[in-house]
Amino acid sequence: MSIRFSFGGDEHIFGEVSESMSLEAFFISLSMTNAVRAAGIRGVTEICPANASFQVKFDPDAIKPGDLLKELQGMEAAAAQSDASLKTRIIEIPVYYQDPWTHETLMRFRERHQDPSKTDLEYAAEINGLGTVENFIKAHSSQPWFVSMVGFVAGLPFLYQMVERKRQLEVPKYLRPRTDTPKLTVGHGGCFSCIYSVRGAGGYQMFGVTPMPIYDPTQKVSYLQDEMCLFRPGDIVKWKPISRDEYDAALEAVDENRFEPVIRPATFSLSEFNKDMAGTNAKLMEALNGR
Amino acid sequence: MAVKVISSGLSTTVQDLGRPGYYHLGIPLSGGMDRFALRVANMLVGNDEGAAVLEAVFMGPELEFTAAATVAVTGGDLPPKLNGEERAGWEAFPVKAGDRLSFGFLKSGARAYIAVSGGIDVPLKLGSRSTYTLGALGGHEGRALKAGDELPVGKGGAGKGSVPTNLRRMPGNPAELRMLPGLYWHRITAEAGTRFFADTWKVAPEADRIGYRFRGGTALDFVPREQPFGAGSNPSNIVDACYPYGSIQVPGGTEPIVLHRDAVSGGGYMMLGCVISADMDLIGQLQPHAPARFVEVSMDQALQARHDRQAALARVRSHLGL
Repeated sequence: MSIRFSFGGDEHIFGEVSESMSLEAFFISLSMTNAVRAAGIRGVTEICPANASFQVKFDPDAIKPGDLLKELQGMEAAAAQSDASLKTRIIEIPVYYQDPWTHETLMRFRERHQDPSKTDLEYAAEINGLGTVENFIKAHSSQPWFVSMVGFVAGLPFLYQMVERKRQLEVPKYLRPRTDTPKLTVGHGGCFSCIYSVRGAGGYQMFGVTPMPIYDPTQKVSYLQDEMCLFRPGDIVKWKPISRDEYDAALEAVDENRFEPVIRPATFSLSEFNKDMAGTNAKLMEALNGR
Repeated sequence: MAVKVISSGLSTTVQDLGRPGYYHLGIPLSGGMDRFALRVANMLVGNDEGAAVLEAVFMGPELEFTAAATVAVTGGDLPPKLNGEERAGWEAFPVKAGDRLSFGFLKSGARAYIAVSGGIDVPLKLGSRSTYTLGALGGHEGRALKAGDELPVGKGGAGKGSVPTNLRRMPGNPAELRMLPGLYWHRITAEAGTRFFADTWKVAPEADRIGYRFRGGTALDFVPREQPFGAGSNPSNIVDACYPYGSIQVPGGTEPIVLHRDAVSGGGYMMLGCVISADMDLIGQLQPHAPARFVEVSMDQALQARHDRQAALARVRSHLGL
């Protein structure tokens, strides 16, 4: 994979590792941004890894755009060969699928949807050939997901499903984006799931909602006091389907600031994962559940 | 010293020069949309150029001062009134305890910058006082001002005079927004590229601190391709990537959106390139329905324009004896 570089105006360099999504492309973009950060280049102000690309923002008064481009190109060979492995975390995210709030919202925006006669979950189940919503929820929540980008809005994770490509769930985005999405909606567009960290516009299909805050600008939530945003690229997520009662109990715990997220250390190696996905995921589940 | 908010205007927020360093988490720079006007407002009241000011859009707030201070209003032509009496924009004037600052109707431009000597002293959040409304971060309680709010102000000094029209910077009619093609420019046909620059666009009603939407030009034709895995089915879709500030995305190929200071940091729409850094200020002064053209420039021209803008700011400093 050779990186396609392009200037974004006079303050950004954009690097596209691959047009299509893969964990290989993600790891090269992560290696590139790690290398840029480690190099401590004068004039570089923002270093942003994305799914299969990355972006570096710079001050052209401090470094010439062409000089920075040459520096980045010089890092490409090493990044392509770096060991695609991580010491990371696995995070359990409780999800109340088919909740009333995303349901109310999706009904309000039905005319912007591909199939106004179905809910987002019914539509997603059908086009993925899974028959029922229950089967779809099972396919969505049974295997872990990989955080391959953080952004759009503050702290929003993009998640890539850790299964063979033919099993990956794919659902198009809404025909026209909604102007409203409930806070903490679990959504899906293309091959990515996401968690909407704040209420606002969105184009991903809506499947459910989590009670667990992932962004707290007031830094009062116990596990978000040091960092406002929970997620980092490379985190691994396991969805845990919960009932309305469990959702309400979790929300009460959040309100009283005694909610304790399940977050465990884990390791991930792309080569091991590619060799044995089921085995890798089973090990991640052991790390999560302590068994 | 404090500023009391009597009425809020349409959307008045605390802004400084922004919050760099958190874009990789989806937290944008924020800060004044027209940074030229923000800097000059601060110069006029003797502040650091990056002090926090109030940014008012389309409609001004009404404010009351609890102690004497110096005030200046720059940016779009939103006429300031002190105790009901009109004052000049781009000019420092003193206020006393109990004085009220209000505004007439907007005559041109879109955003006014209200600087108070000493600066608006809300707490720093991640190194900045700017308000990021979408993320409820910074400024006054992470939101636009409301009647009844009271904003602390630092200790300040005397005013520095006024800035004549020829030293100000406002967009023309139509506005000419210089842009450097790149990013996913190769996804559109050569004819579509030519038309993009030839058309005169109009600012759509969906224009805010996140981005400005334009309409009225020709829909883009894309170079045919099989969509890459993960991108989505529309030819304007890409695998979700970072969005530069000033980047021009065209969802569905129909209406270009230029991302601004509160940009969403990434997403799945192709971008044609970026409006250059020197012209970002101008976008902040465009009203809905304002005509605009995109003008192709090279990197060298973009850097020259950046230099010219800095020189224009230096001329203001020199005029004010700073």
